[in-house]
Amino acid sequence: MMKHKYFKKLEEQFFFGLMQLATVTILFGLLFILFTILWKGIPNLSWEMISQKPQGGFYMGGGGGILNAICGSLLLGLGSTILGLLLSIPIVIWLNIYAGQYSRNAVMVRTALDMLWGIPSIVFGAFGFIIMLALGIKASLLAGIVTLTLLILPIMVRGMDEVIKTIPKELHESTLSLGATRWEMATRVILRKALPGIVTATLLGFGRAIGDAAAVMFTAGFTDNIPQKLTDPVASLPLSIFFQLGSPFEIVRGRAYAAALVLTIIILVISFLSRLITAKYQKHSR
Amino acid sequence: MQINPHLGISQLNVHIGDQQILKNININFPNKAITAIIGPSGCGKTTLLKTMNRLIENSRGVNITGKVLINGQNIYDDYEDLTSLRKKMGLLAQRPTPLPMSIYANVVFGLKLHGIKDEKILQEKAEKYLRIASLWDEVHDRMRDPASKLSIGQQQRLCLARGLAIEPEIILCDEPTSALDPISSKKIEESFNELKQEYTIILVTHILRQARRLADYVVFMYLGEIIEFGPAKEIFENPKEQLTKEYIGGLIS
Repeated sequence: MMKHKYFKKLEEQFFFGLMQLATVTILFGLLFILFTILWKGIPNLSWEMISQKPQGGFYMGGGGGILNAICGSLLLGLGSTILGLLLSIPIVIWLNIYAGQYSRNAVMVRTALDMLWGIPSIVFGAFGFIIMLALGIKASLLAGIVTLTLLILPIMVRGMDEVIKTIPKELHESTLSLGATRWEMATRVILRKALPGIVTATLLGFGRAIGDAAAVMFTAGFTDNIPQKLTDPVASLPLSIFFQLGSPFEIVRGRAYAAALVLTIIILVISFLSRLITAKYQKHSR
Repeated sequence: MQINPHLGISQLNVHIGDQQILKNININFPNKAITAIIGPSGCGKTTLLKTMNRLIENSRGVNITGKVLINGQNIYDDYEDLTSLRKKMGLLAQRPTPLPMSIYANVVFGLKLHGIKDEKILQEKAEKYLRIASLWDEVHDRMRDPASKLSIGQQQRLCLARGLAIEPEIILCDEPTSALDPISSKKIEESFNELKQEYTIILVTHILRQARRLADYVVFMYLGEIIEFGPAKEIFENPKEQLTKEYIGGLIS
Protein backbone atom coordinates (compact mmCIF):
# COMPACT_ATOMS: atom_id res chain seq x y z
CA MET A 1 0.00 0.00 0.00
CA MET A 2 2.69 2.43 1.06
CA LYS A 3 4.85 1.43 -1.86
CA HIS A 4 2.02 2.06 -4.27
CA LYS A 5 1.45 5.54 -2.91
CA TYR A 6 5.13 6.35 -3.11
CA PHE A 7 5.21 5.27 -6.75
CA LYS A 8 2.18 7.44 -7.56
CA LYS A 9 3.88 10.46 -6.13
CA LEU A 10 7.05 9.74 -8.06
CA GLU A 11 5.05 9.33 -11.26
CA GLU A 12 3.35 12.66 -10.75
CA GLN A 13 6.64 14.41 -10.04
CA PHE A 14 8.16 12.90 -13.16
CA PHE A 15 5.41 14.15 -15.47
CA PHE A 16 5.25 17.50 -13.76
CA GLY A 17 8.98 17.81 -14.41
CA LEU A 18 8.47 16.96 -18.06
CA MET A 19 5.85 19.68 -18.41
CA GLN A 20 8.15 22.23 -16.83
CA LEU A 21 10.93 21.17 -19.16
CA ALA A 22 8.67 21.56 -22.21
CA THR A 23 7.55 25.02 -21.12
CA VAL A 24 11.10 26.18 -20.48
CA THR A 25 12.31 24.78 -23.83
CA ILE A 26 9.64 26.63 -25.77
CA LEU A 27 10.07 29.89 -23.88
CA PHE A 28 13.84 29.67 -24.27
CA GLY A 29 13.53 29.09 -28.02
CA LEU A 30 11.15 32.01 -28.45
CA LEU A 31 13.22 34.41 -26.37
CA PHE A 32 16.40 33.30 -28.11
CA ILE A 33 14.92 34.06 -31.53
CA LEU A 34 13.56 37.43 -30.43
CA PHE A 35 16.83 38.30 -28.74
CA THR A 36 18.88 37.40 -31.82
CA ILE A 37 16.67 39.47 -34.11
CA LEU A 38 16.78 42.45 -31.77
CA TRP A 39 20.49 42.19 -31.05
CA LYS A 40 21.54 41.85 -34.67
CA GLY A 41 18.70 43.87 -36.19
CA ILE A 42 18.60 47.06 -34.15
CA PRO A 43 22.14 48.27 -35.04
CA ASN A 44 21.29 47.90 -38.73
CA LEU A 45 17.86 49.45 -38.51
CA SER A 46 17.74 53.02 -39.76
CA TRP A 47 15.23 55.41 -41.22
CA GLU A 48 16.91 54.95 -44.58
CA MET A 49 16.36 51.20 -44.28
CA ILE A 50 12.57 51.45 -44.03
CA SER A 51 11.91 54.56 -46.11
CA GLN A 52 13.88 53.92 -49.30
CA LYS A 53 13.94 51.49 -52.14
CA PRO A 54 17.22 49.62 -52.77
CA GLN A 55 19.71 51.71 -54.68
CA GLY A 56 22.30 50.36 -57.07
CA GLY A 57 24.56 47.83 -55.39
CA PHE A 58 22.29 47.50 -52.33
CA TYR A 59 22.96 43.78 -52.12
CA MET A 60 26.69 44.43 -52.10
CA GLY A 61 26.52 46.94 -49.28
CA GLY A 62 25.27 49.94 -51.25
CA GLY A 63 22.73 52.51 -50.05
CA GLY A 64 18.96 52.39 -49.90
CA GLY A 65 16.52 50.28 -47.96
CA ILE A 66 13.86 47.63 -48.08
CA LEU A 67 10.76 49.75 -48.69
CA ASN A 68 10.04 47.64 -51.78
CA ALA A 69 9.83 44.50 -49.65
CA ILE A 70 7.86 46.16 -46.84
CA CYS A 71 5.21 47.47 -49.26
CA GLY A 72 5.22 44.20 -51.18
CA SER A 73 4.75 42.08 -48.08
CA LEU A 74 1.94 44.30 -46.79
CA LEU A 75 0.17 44.10 -50.15
CA LEU A 76 0.63 40.33 -50.39
CA GLY A 77 -0.30 39.69 -46.75
CA LEU A 78 -3.34 41.95 -46.61
CA GLY A 79 -4.50 41.03 -50.10
CA SER A 80 -4.45 37.31 -49.47
CA THR A 81 -5.98 37.69 -45.99
CA ILE A 82 -8.90 39.72 -47.35
CA LEU A 83 -9.42 37.30 -50.24
CA GLY A 84 -9.09 34.42 -47.76
CA LEU A 85 -11.75 35.94 -45.51
CA LEU A 86 -14.14 36.43 -48.41
CA LEU A 87 -13.76 32.75 -49.29
CA SER A 88 -13.46 31.12 -45.88
CA ILE A 89 -16.51 32.65 -44.20
CA PRO A 90 -18.97 31.25 -46.76
CA ILE A 91 -17.18 27.88 -46.60
CA VAL A 92 -17.43 27.81 -42.80
CA ILE A 93 -21.11 28.75 -42.88
CA TRP A 94 -21.76 26.03 -45.43
CA LEU A 95 -19.83 23.43 -43.42
CA ASN A 96 -21.59 24.14 -40.14
CA ILE A 97 -25.06 25.26 -41.08
CA TYR A 98 -26.06 24.19 -44.56
CA ALA A 99 -24.18 20.92 -45.08
CA GLY A 100 -24.89 19.69 -41.56
CA GLN A 101 -21.96 19.71 -39.17
CA TYR A 102 -21.17 16.02 -39.40
CA SER A 103 -22.65 15.17 -42.80
CA ARG A 104 -20.53 13.13 -45.17
CA ASN A 105 -19.82 16.12 -47.42
CA ALA A 106 -18.71 18.27 -44.52
CA VAL A 107 -16.41 15.56 -43.19
CA MET A 108 -14.90 15.11 -46.65
CA VAL A 109 -14.24 18.82 -47.04
CA ARG A 110 -12.67 18.96 -43.57
CA THR A 111 -10.38 16.05 -44.34
CA ALA A 112 -9.35 17.66 -47.62
CA LEU A 113 -8.60 20.95 -45.87
CA ASP A 114 -6.57 19.20 -43.19
CA MET A 115 -4.49 17.55 -45.89
CA LEU A 116 -3.99 20.87 -47.68
CA TRP A 117 -2.88 22.39 -44.38
CA GLY A 118 -0.04 19.89 -44.23
CA ILE A 119 1.29 20.53 -47.72
CA PRO A 120 4.56 22.52 -47.74
CA SER A 121 4.30 26.01 -49.15
CA ILE A 122 6.91 25.32 -51.83
CA VAL A 123 4.41 22.88 -53.35
CA PHE A 124 1.78 25.62 -53.47
CA GLY A 125 4.39 27.85 -55.10
CA ALA A 126 5.28 25.23 -57.70
CA PHE A 127 1.59 24.53 -58.34
CA GLY A 128 0.87 28.22 -58.81
CA PHE A 129 3.85 28.48 -61.12
CA ILE A 130 2.60 25.64 -63.34
CA ILE A 131 -0.83 27.25 -63.62
CA MET A 132 0.77 30.58 -64.45
CA LEU A 133 2.88 28.97 -67.18
CA ALA A 134 -0.20 27.30 -68.63
CA LEU A 135 -2.13 30.56 -68.66
CA GLY A 136 0.84 32.62 -69.78
CA ILE A 137 0.85 34.87 -66.70
CA LYS A 138 4.09 36.36 -65.40
CA ALA A 139 5.13 36.52 -61.77
CA SER A 140 2.98 39.28 -60.30
CA LEU A 141 1.27 40.68 -57.22
CA LEU A 142 -2.00 39.04 -58.30
CA ALA A 143 -0.45 35.60 -58.80
CA GLY A 144 1.29 35.92 -55.41
CA ILE A 145 -1.94 36.88 -53.66
CA VAL A 146 -3.85 33.99 -55.22
CA THR A 147 -1.17 31.45 -54.31
CA LEU A 148 -0.92 32.73 -50.73
CA THR A 149 -4.72 32.63 -50.44
CA LEU A 150 -4.67 28.96 -51.40
CA LEU A 151 -1.96 28.42 -48.79
CA ILE A 152 -3.81 30.09 -45.92
CA LEU A 153 -7.37 29.08 -46.80
CA PRO A 154 -7.16 25.71 -44.97
CA ILE A 155 -5.73 27.42 -41.90
CA MET A 156 -8.44 30.06 -41.81
CA VAL A 157 -11.34 27.72 -42.57
CA ARG A 158 -10.34 25.03 -40.08
CA GLY A 159 -9.49 27.58 -37.41
CA MET A 160 -12.93 29.19 -37.65
CA ASP A 161 -14.61 25.83 -38.07
CA GLU A 162 -13.25 24.44 -34.81
CA VAL A 163 -14.58 27.45 -32.92
CA ILE A 164 -18.01 27.33 -34.54
CA LYS A 165 -18.26 23.60 -33.81
CA THR A 166 -18.07 24.35 -30.09
CA ILE A 167 -21.16 26.59 -30.16
CA PRO A 168 -23.91 24.62 -28.41
CA LYS A 169 -26.64 23.08 -30.54
CA GLU A 170 -29.23 24.69 -28.28
CA LEU A 171 -28.17 28.12 -29.50
CA HIS A 172 -28.83 27.05 -33.08
CA GLU A 173 -32.21 25.63 -32.10
CA SER A 174 -33.29 28.62 -30.05
CA THR A 175 -32.38 31.00 -32.84
CA LEU A 176 -34.30 28.96 -35.42
CA SER A 177 -37.25 28.73 -33.03
CA LEU A 178 -37.50 32.50 -32.96
CA GLY A 179 -38.19 32.29 -36.68
CA ALA A 180 -34.72 32.95 -38.04
CA THR A 181 -33.79 31.43 -41.36
CA ARG A 182 -30.51 29.55 -41.51
CA TRP A 183 -28.91 32.53 -43.21
CA GLU A 184 -30.11 34.93 -40.51
CA MET A 185 -28.88 32.54 -37.83
CA ALA A 186 -25.48 32.26 -39.49
CA THR A 187 -24.88 35.95 -39.99
CA ARG A 188 -26.53 37.48 -36.93
CA VAL A 189 -25.81 34.90 -34.27
CA ILE A 190 -23.24 32.26 -35.12
CA LEU A 191 -20.60 34.46 -36.76
CA ARG A 192 -21.01 36.97 -33.99
CA LYS A 193 -20.61 34.36 -31.32
CA ALA A 194 -17.52 33.01 -33.07
CA LEU A 195 -15.94 36.42 -33.64
CA PRO A 196 -12.91 35.92 -31.36
CA GLY A 197 -12.16 32.63 -33.12
CA ILE A 198 -12.58 34.21 -36.52
CA VAL A 199 -10.11 36.95 -35.59
CA THR A 200 -7.59 34.41 -34.33
CA ALA A 201 -7.90 32.28 -37.46
CA THR A 202 -7.52 35.37 -39.64
CA LEU A 203 -4.40 36.45 -37.78
CA LEU A 204 -2.91 32.97 -38.10
CA GLY A 205 -3.57 33.14 -41.84
CA PHE A 206 -2.10 36.62 -42.11
CA GLY A 207 1.02 35.62 -40.19
CA ARG A 208 1.54 32.65 -42.43
CA ALA A 209 0.94 34.65 -45.62
CA ILE A 210 3.24 37.53 -44.78
CA GLY A 211 5.98 35.26 -43.47
CA ASP A 212 6.11 32.73 -46.27
CA ALA A 213 8.99 32.80 -48.76
CA ALA A 214 8.53 29.63 -50.79
CA ALA A 215 5.00 30.29 -52.06
CA VAL A 216 5.90 33.71 -53.45
CA MET A 217 9.34 32.85 -54.82
CA PHE A 218 8.04 31.74 -58.22
CA THR A 219 4.66 33.40 -58.23
CA ALA A 220 5.25 36.97 -57.06
CA GLY A 221 8.82 37.38 -58.26
CA PHE A 222 11.11 40.02 -56.80
CA THR A 223 11.79 43.60 -57.75
CA ASP A 224 13.45 46.71 -56.41
CA ASN A 225 10.34 48.73 -57.21
CA ILE A 226 7.01 49.17 -55.52
CA PRO A 227 4.25 47.62 -57.67
CA GLN A 228 1.85 50.05 -59.34
CA LYS A 229 -0.69 47.50 -60.52
CA LEU A 230 -1.76 43.91 -59.86
CA THR A 231 0.22 42.56 -62.79
CA ASP A 232 3.56 44.00 -61.62
CA PRO A 233 6.04 41.71 -59.90
CA VAL A 234 6.43 42.40 -56.22
CA ALA A 235 9.14 42.03 -53.56
CA SER A 236 8.54 40.51 -50.15
CA LEU A 237 10.31 40.63 -46.79
CA PRO A 238 10.97 36.88 -46.43
CA LEU A 239 12.65 36.77 -49.86
CA SER A 240 14.51 39.97 -49.10
CA ILE A 241 15.81 38.37 -45.89
CA PHE A 242 16.74 35.24 -47.82
CA PHE A 243 18.74 37.11 -50.46
CA GLN A 244 20.55 39.30 -47.94
CA LEU A 245 21.44 36.43 -45.62
CA GLY A 246 23.09 34.67 -48.54
CA SER A 247 25.38 37.62 -49.18
CA PRO A 248 29.13 37.37 -48.55
CA PHE A 249 29.11 40.92 -47.17
CA GLU A 250 28.83 41.31 -43.41
CA ILE A 251 26.80 44.54 -43.66
CA VAL A 252 24.23 43.00 -46.00
CA ARG A 253 23.78 40.02 -43.69
CA GLY A 254 23.24 42.45 -40.82
CA ARG A 255 20.50 44.18 -42.79
CA ALA A 256 18.73 40.82 -43.14
CA TYR A 257 18.18 40.85 -39.37
CA ALA A 258 16.83 44.39 -39.59
CA ALA A 259 14.38 43.17 -42.23
CA ALA A 260 13.40 40.26 -39.97
CA LEU A 261 12.81 42.73 -37.16
CA VAL A 262 10.58 44.84 -39.43
CA LEU A 263 8.58 41.73 -40.40
CA THR A 264 8.12 40.76 -36.75
CA ILE A 265 7.00 44.27 -35.83
CA ILE A 266 4.47 44.37 -38.69
CA ILE A 267 2.90 41.09 -37.51
CA LEU A 268 2.78 42.29 -33.90
CA VAL A 269 1.25 45.65 -34.81
CA ILE A 270 -1.44 44.16 -37.06
CA SER A 271 -2.24 41.52 -34.46
CA PHE A 272 -2.54 44.16 -31.74
CA LEU A 273 -4.66 46.50 -33.87
CA SER A 274 -7.15 43.83 -34.92
CA ARG A 275 -7.54 42.67 -31.32
CA LEU A 276 -8.17 46.27 -30.30
CA ILE A 277 -10.77 46.83 -33.01
CA THR A 278 -12.64 43.60 -32.28
CA ALA A 279 -12.56 44.04 -28.49
CA LYS A 280 -15.48 46.41 -28.93
CA TYR A 281 -17.65 43.69 -30.49
CA GLN A 282 -16.20 40.88 -28.46
CA LYS A 283 -17.98 41.76 -25.25
CA HIS A 284 -21.06 39.87 -26.47
CA SER A 285 -19.36 36.75 -27.63
CA ARG A 286 -17.56 35.70 -24.46
CA MET B 1 -62.24 16.33 -25.70
CA GLN B 2 -62.30 19.82 -27.06
CA ILE B 3 -63.34 20.52 -30.59
CA ASN B 4 -60.59 22.79 -31.90
CA PRO B 5 -57.23 21.84 -30.48
CA HIS B 6 -54.37 24.24 -31.15
CA LEU B 7 -52.03 21.40 -31.40
CA GLY B 8 -52.78 17.84 -32.36
CA ILE B 9 -50.72 14.92 -33.53
CA SER B 10 -51.97 11.96 -35.48
CA GLN B 11 -50.22 8.74 -36.46
CA LEU B 12 -46.80 10.25 -36.06
CA ASN B 13 -43.82 7.95 -36.55
CA VAL B 14 -40.24 9.14 -36.42
CA HIS B 15 -37.24 7.07 -37.43
CA ILE B 16 -33.64 8.16 -37.06
CA GLY B 17 -31.47 5.82 -39.06
CA ASP B 18 -32.96 2.36 -38.52
CA GLN B 19 -34.12 3.21 -35.05
CA GLN B 20 -37.74 4.06 -34.43
CA ILE B 21 -37.82 6.91 -31.94
CA LEU B 22 -41.56 7.65 -31.91
CA LYS B 23 -44.20 5.00 -32.47
CA ASN B 24 -47.67 5.90 -33.68
CA ILE B 25 -48.25 9.01 -31.61
CA ASN B 26 -51.84 10.24 -31.45
CA ILE B 27 -52.74 13.09 -29.15
CA ASN B 28 -54.65 16.34 -28.96
CA PHE B 29 -53.08 18.76 -26.55
CA PRO B 30 -55.56 20.72 -24.42
CA ASN B 31 -55.69 24.44 -25.19
CA LYS B 32 -54.59 27.00 -22.62
CA ALA B 33 -53.28 24.51 -20.14
CA ILE B 34 -49.99 22.98 -19.13
CA THR B 35 -49.44 19.50 -20.47
CA ALA B 36 -46.40 17.80 -19.01
CA ILE B 37 -44.66 15.06 -20.96
CA ILE B 38 -42.97 12.70 -18.52
CA GLY B 39 -41.02 9.50 -18.93
CA PRO B 40 -37.57 8.02 -18.47
CA SER B 41 -34.64 9.46 -20.40
CA GLY B 42 -34.43 8.24 -23.97
CA CYS B 43 -38.18 7.66 -24.23
CA GLY B 44 -38.63 10.23 -27.00
CA LYS B 45 -39.95 13.19 -25.02
CA THR B 46 -37.57 15.72 -26.55
CA THR B 47 -37.94 14.24 -30.04
CA LEU B 48 -41.71 14.59 -29.75
CA LEU B 49 -41.29 18.22 -28.73
CA LYS B 50 -38.97 18.89 -31.66
CA THR B 51 -41.38 17.44 -34.20
CA MET B 52 -43.82 20.16 -33.23
CA ASN B 53 -41.75 23.03 -34.59
CA ARG B 54 -39.86 20.95 -37.15
CA LEU B 55 -36.48 21.31 -35.47
CA ILE B 56 -36.23 17.53 -35.72
CA GLU B 57 -35.48 17.88 -39.42
CA ASN B 58 -32.04 19.20 -38.58
CA SER B 59 -30.98 15.80 -37.24
CA ARG B 60 -29.41 13.48 -39.74
CA GLY B 61 -31.23 10.57 -41.29
CA VAL B 62 -34.65 11.50 -39.95
CA ASN B 63 -37.77 10.07 -41.48
CA ILE B 64 -41.11 11.45 -40.36
CA THR B 65 -44.54 10.14 -41.24
CA GLY B 66 -47.92 11.27 -39.90
CA LYS B 67 -49.34 14.65 -39.08
CA VAL B 68 -48.72 17.45 -36.64
CA LEU B 69 -51.69 19.78 -36.80
CA ILE B 70 -51.67 23.36 -35.69
CA ASN B 71 -55.11 24.93 -35.85
CA GLY B 72 -56.04 22.10 -38.18
CA GLN B 73 -53.17 22.56 -40.61
CA ASN B 74 -50.55 19.88 -41.02
CA ILE B 75 -47.20 21.59 -40.43
CA TYR B 76 -45.45 19.04 -42.63
CA ASP B 77 -47.60 19.89 -45.68
CA ASP B 78 -49.21 23.24 -45.36
CA TYR B 79 -46.37 25.30 -43.94
CA GLU B 80 -43.85 25.95 -46.63
CA ASP B 81 -42.53 28.82 -44.62
CA LEU B 82 -40.84 27.69 -41.43
CA THR B 83 -40.60 31.25 -40.15
CA SER B 84 -44.35 31.70 -39.91
CA LEU B 85 -44.74 28.26 -38.33
CA ARG B 86 -42.13 28.99 -35.70
CA LYS B 87 -43.69 32.34 -34.97
CA LYS B 88 -46.62 30.39 -33.55
CA MET B 89 -44.52 28.63 -30.95
CA GLY B 90 -41.82 29.68 -28.53
CA LEU B 91 -39.15 27.23 -27.44
CA LEU B 92 -37.45 27.26 -24.07
CA ALA B 93 -34.37 25.06 -24.18
CA GLN B 94 -32.74 22.95 -21.49
CA ARG B 95 -29.92 25.37 -20.93
CA PRO B 96 -30.25 29.13 -21.32
CA THR B 97 -29.14 30.30 -24.75
CA PRO B 98 -28.52 34.04 -24.66
CA LEU B 99 -27.72 35.39 -28.11
CA PRO B 100 -24.35 37.15 -28.37
CA MET B 101 -25.84 40.64 -28.04
CA SER B 102 -27.32 42.99 -25.46
CA ILE B 103 -30.23 42.14 -23.17
CA TYR B 104 -32.50 44.43 -25.15
CA ALA B 105 -31.38 43.05 -28.51
CA ASN B 106 -32.09 39.55 -27.23
CA VAL B 107 -35.69 40.33 -26.38
CA VAL B 108 -36.45 42.11 -29.65
CA PHE B 109 -34.45 39.72 -31.87
CA GLY B 110 -37.49 37.71 -32.92
CA LEU B 111 -39.59 40.84 -33.43
CA LYS B 112 -37.01 42.32 -35.74
CA LEU B 113 -36.89 39.06 -37.71
CA HIS B 114 -40.63 39.35 -38.19
CA GLY B 115 -40.27 42.82 -39.61
CA ILE B 116 -41.10 45.13 -36.70
CA LYS B 117 -38.76 48.09 -36.93
CA ASP B 118 -40.51 50.86 -34.98
CA GLU B 119 -38.22 51.48 -32.01
CA LYS B 120 -41.13 52.58 -29.83
CA ILE B 121 -43.09 49.38 -30.36
CA LEU B 122 -39.96 47.31 -29.81
CA GLN B 123 -39.27 49.03 -26.51
CA GLU B 124 -42.83 48.64 -25.31
CA LYS B 125 -42.86 44.97 -26.13
CA ALA B 126 -39.45 44.40 -24.56
CA GLU B 127 -40.70 45.90 -21.30
CA LYS B 128 -44.00 44.03 -21.42
CA TYR B 129 -42.47 40.60 -21.89
CA LEU B 130 -39.57 41.16 -19.52
CA ARG B 131 -42.19 42.01 -16.90
CA ILE B 132 -44.13 38.84 -17.65
CA ALA B 133 -40.93 36.82 -17.28
CA SER B 134 -40.36 38.74 -14.00
CA LEU B 135 -37.00 40.00 -15.11
CA TRP B 136 -37.79 43.67 -15.78
CA ASP B 137 -36.99 44.93 -12.29
CA GLU B 138 -33.57 43.33 -12.41
CA VAL B 139 -32.51 44.54 -15.84
CA HIS B 140 -34.41 47.71 -16.77
CA ASP B 141 -31.43 49.94 -15.97
CA ARG B 142 -28.90 47.86 -17.89
CA MET B 143 -30.67 46.86 -21.08
CA ARG B 144 -27.56 47.54 -23.19
CA ASP B 145 -25.34 45.17 -21.20
CA PRO B 146 -24.35 41.87 -22.77
CA ALA B 147 -26.90 39.17 -22.01
CA SER B 148 -24.08 36.81 -21.10
CA LYS B 149 -23.40 38.90 -17.99
CA LEU B 150 -26.68 37.85 -16.41
CA SER B 151 -26.82 34.92 -14.01
CA ILE B 152 -27.91 31.55 -15.41
CA GLY B 153 -31.36 31.92 -13.88
CA GLN B 154 -31.77 35.42 -15.26
CA GLN B 155 -30.60 34.22 -18.67
CA GLN B 156 -33.32 31.55 -18.72
CA ARG B 157 -35.97 34.15 -17.85
CA LEU B 158 -34.55 36.33 -20.62
CA CYS B 159 -34.97 33.42 -23.03
CA LEU B 160 -38.56 33.06 -21.86
CA ALA B 161 -39.21 36.76 -22.48
CA ARG B 162 -37.54 36.48 -25.87
CA GLY B 163 -39.75 33.55 -26.82
CA LEU B 164 -42.90 35.28 -25.59
CA ALA B 165 -42.07 38.48 -27.45
CA ILE B 166 -42.79 36.90 -30.82
CA GLU B 167 -46.30 36.38 -29.44
CA PRO B 168 -46.70 32.67 -30.04
CA GLU B 169 -49.81 30.63 -29.27
CA ILE B 170 -47.91 27.65 -27.95
CA ILE B 171 -44.89 27.44 -25.67
CA LEU B 172 -42.66 24.39 -25.94
CA CYS B 173 -40.35 23.76 -22.99
CA ASP B 174 -37.61 21.15 -22.90
CA GLU B 175 -36.72 20.58 -19.24
CA PRO B 176 -36.47 24.34 -18.82
CA THR B 177 -35.35 24.33 -15.21
CA SER B 178 -32.84 21.49 -15.30
CA ALA B 179 -29.84 23.83 -15.31
CA LEU B 180 -31.26 26.28 -12.77
CA ASP B 181 -30.97 26.78 -9.03
CA PRO B 182 -34.12 26.23 -6.93
CA ILE B 183 -35.02 29.92 -6.65
CA SER B 184 -34.74 30.56 -10.39
CA SER B 185 -36.68 27.37 -11.08
CA LYS B 186 -39.44 28.62 -8.84
CA LYS B 187 -39.64 31.91 -10.71
CA ILE B 188 -39.91 30.13 -14.05
CA GLU B 189 -42.60 27.84 -12.66
CA GLU B 190 -44.55 30.81 -11.33
CA SER B 191 -44.40 32.40 -14.78
CA PHE B 192 -45.84 29.23 -16.31
CA ASN B 193 -48.77 29.31 -13.94
CA GLU B 194 -49.59 32.83 -15.12
CA LEU B 195 -48.94 32.08 -18.77
CA LYS B 196 -51.30 29.16 -19.04
CA GLN B 197 -54.21 31.61 -18.96
CA GLU B 198 -53.28 32.59 -22.47
CA TYR B 199 -50.96 29.98 -23.91
CA THR B 200 -50.95 26.28 -24.60
CA ILE B 201 -47.86 25.03 -22.80
CA ILE B 202 -46.11 21.74 -23.51
CA LEU B 203 -43.57 20.98 -20.82
CA VAL B 204 -41.08 18.14 -21.13
CA THR B 205 -39.77 17.31 -17.70
CA HIS B 206 -38.04 14.49 -15.90
CA ILE B 207 -38.84 15.96 -12.51
CA LEU B 208 -42.01 14.25 -11.33
CA ARG B 209 -42.57 16.77 -8.57
CA GLN B 210 -42.46 19.57 -11.12
CA ALA B 211 -45.12 17.83 -13.21
CA ARG B 212 -47.20 17.40 -10.06
CA ARG B 213 -46.86 21.08 -9.17
CA LEU B 214 -47.56 22.50 -12.61
CA ALA B 215 -49.33 20.17 -14.95
CA ASP B 216 -53.03 20.20 -15.75
CA TYR B 217 -52.58 17.20 -18.02
CA VAL B 218 -49.87 14.59 -18.16
CA VAL B 219 -48.57 12.42 -20.97
CA PHE B 220 -46.52 9.42 -19.92
CA MET B 221 -44.17 8.08 -22.57
CA TYR B 222 -42.11 4.91 -22.55
CA LEU B 223 -39.82 3.62 -25.31
CA GLY B 224 -41.25 5.96 -27.94
CA GLU B 225 -44.90 5.32 -27.21
CA ILE B 226 -47.57 7.23 -25.36
CA ILE B 227 -48.59 4.90 -22.57
CA GLU B 228 -51.13 7.10 -20.88
CA PHE B 229 -52.58 10.59 -21.26
CA GLY B 230 -55.07 12.27 -19.00
CA PRO B 231 -55.69 14.94 -16.37
CA ALA B 232 -52.75 15.23 -14.00
CA LYS B 233 -54.78 14.25 -10.98
CA GLU B 234 -55.86 11.02 -12.58
CA ILE B 235 -52.39 10.07 -13.77
CA PHE B 236 -50.79 10.72 -10.43
CA GLU B 237 -53.46 9.36 -8.15
CA ASN B 238 -55.10 6.66 -10.15
CA PRO B 239 -53.07 5.59 -13.18
CA LYS B 240 -54.68 2.98 -15.37
CA GLU B 241 -51.58 1.42 -16.85
CA GLN B 242 -49.17 -0.76 -14.94
CA LEU B 243 -46.13 1.01 -16.50
CA THR B 244 -47.39 4.41 -15.40
CA LYS B 245 -47.91 3.11 -11.90
CA GLU B 246 -44.36 1.79 -11.79
CA TYR B 247 -42.87 5.02 -13.12
CA ILE B 248 -44.83 7.25 -10.77
CA GLY B 249 -43.96 4.92 -7.92
CA GLY B 250 -40.30 5.18 -8.81
CA LEU B 251 -39.89 1.56 -9.84
CA ILE B 252 -38.65 2.42 -13.34
CA SER B 253 -36.73 5.48 -14.26
